Amino acid sequence: MKNIWVLYRKELKSYFSSWIAYLLMAFFAVVFGYFFYAATAIFVSRGMQAMMMGGMPMDMNEWIVRPLLMNVSVIGLFIIPMITMRLFAEEKRTGTIELLMTSPVRDYELIMAKWLSAVTLYAAILAISAVNLTYLFVYGEPDWKPILVGYLGLLLQGGCLLAIGTFVSTLTRNQIIAVGGTFAICMVLWVIDWVTAYDSSTWAEVLRYLSVVTHFEPFAKGVLDTKDVVFYVSMIFFGLFLTARSMESLRWRA
Amino acid sequence: MIKVDRLTKRYGRTVAVDEISFTVEKGQIVGFLGPNGAGKTTTMRVLTCFLPPTSGGATMAGFDVLKQPLEVKKRIGYLPEIPPLYPEMEVAEYLSFVGRLKGVSKSNLARRVDEVCGLCAIGDVRFKLIGRLSKGYRQRVGLAQAIIHNPDILILDEPTAGLDPKQIIETRELIKELAKVGEHTIILSTHILPEVEQTCEKVIIINKGKLVATDSVENLTHRLRGAESISVEIESRNGELDLSEAQRRLEQIPGVSRVILKDNKGPRAAFEVESLEKHVVRGDVARAVVEAGWNLNELRPVAMSLEDVFLQLTASDAETAAAGGAQ
Repeated sequence: MKNIWVLYRKELKSYFSSWIAYLLMAFFAVVFGYFFYAATAIFVSRGMQAMMMGGMPMDMNEWIVRPLLMNVSVIGLFIIPMITMRLFAEEKRTGTIELLMTSPVRDYELIMAKWLSAVTLYAAILAISAVNLTYLFVYGEPDWKPILVGYLGLLLQGGCLLAIGTFVSTLTRNQIIAVGGTFAICMVLWVIDWVTAYDSSTWAEVLRYLSVVTHFEPFAKGVLDTKDVVFYVSMIFFGLFLTARSMESLRWRA
Repeated sequence: MIKVDRLTKRYGRTVAVDEISFTVEKGQIVGFLGPNGAGKTTTMRVLTCFLPPTSGGATMAGFDVLKQPLEVKKRIGYLPEIPPLYPEMEVAEYLSFVGRLKGVSKSNLARRVDEVCGLCAIGDVRFKLIGRLSKGYRQRVGLAQAIIHNPDILILDEPTAGLDPKQIIETRELIKELAKVGEHTIILSTHILPEVEQTCEKVIIINKGKLVATDSVENLTHRLRGAESISVEIESRNGELDLSEAQRRLEQIPGVSRVILKDNKGPRAAFEVESLEKHVVRGDVARAVVEAGWNLNELRPVAMSLEDVFLQLTASDAETAAAGGAQ
């Protein structure tokens, strides 16, 4: 545990002592701010129409929070490769991996520390959106439980893609390749079920199951389904397991 | 302290290290000598548990590198060829990080950082970013990192590579100091022959993955220096030089084992004169040349290159083997 903590702090510090953390936060703040504005603008104009026609008041959760969360889950696909790219690639390039691998530290401690620091940074980036969401609570009365479930979903989805990114980072010493490879896998896992719209074969089922964004949809609606949690958690374990295997092979091949 | 037993490491088909065995006693400074690509780094990486051996094994401070890597890693300090530094960290912060990672307790940490900063003379850059340091300072921070947890065994891969002459001398002094102060057992690799003579007590020479010799520095220097090789350039004062005459005269000098013609331009000729063991022939050579009425343009001992050492060592080993067989 002590080793994980020592390594975790070092990783987190190196995120924040370079510009990468701030750049990603700024990027997310701008993009999320834009989507937030767009969603509230639509909500207000539709709301006015509905009021004039004497309809029911519109649900903030359904009209603002849900589309926003879906947007964030896709923005995540772009941010995550940039979070994980340096984790192992940088250590391999500068040779510091030799220090870590000759220290009395187990492989899983190193992997957990790196993955947890990536998750922490991702959570910090997501936390910026809380500033925007506060406005919803100031000017309206959205239900906070579905929002929490939504953010839990974002963290689970993020954790799963971050684990895959960590794995890709062990494969190369070039950060550009790490970012490109992770991004390609994220894209594939996003669009993989687009071809299965009218298909009900077993293959289509498998592809649908693998789509990370499809599993996120229930979370966006505020529905916590064990099936989706199990999917994300098992993907996290799978990604970290691949990372451990890759580190082992690093020893044998290097 | 260190016991290496028929260690072999293959990368695919290439054999990087081929059945090397040696032992190192506690407190010794051992020089690991070999040209680039001889397998020095690979051997060190196996000893530090960075790479597993293909076959054979090694015991470090009583623990097996394959079976108990964590115990081994606790007891070794390692400075790779390129110091493993994080440029975005300050020196003291980096040393604390490595210290914690290597198992220095929190209460001892500040004291240890102070101590190694003092030993390695990096106190004045403690709060500087590593990325801003000069190469000499980086090397010293690398050394400080290796000794932060006061390890039993210190493994240094080419600790003086890329430093300027002053820094090289300082680093060698520091290594000797470390052996005295901390009673560390030290293995250092190098491809520079005099470095071993100046710092080490014992030498392990490898070439192309094979062990060429293990010996104490005195014995080895003796074996190498016993037979001296000198370069002589002579010039005839009147026209052509009689080469066969010159060769004959040099060969007649007592103690000379071999005379090789290296170069010949008009009246000038350069020879390499090899002497038998324990014979100093420089004065005799000079006298012989002058007595024959030639000019002595140059007379200098030929510094033995690492290649020569290998040739000589392998040759003398073959001779002893042959002699042993004959008896």
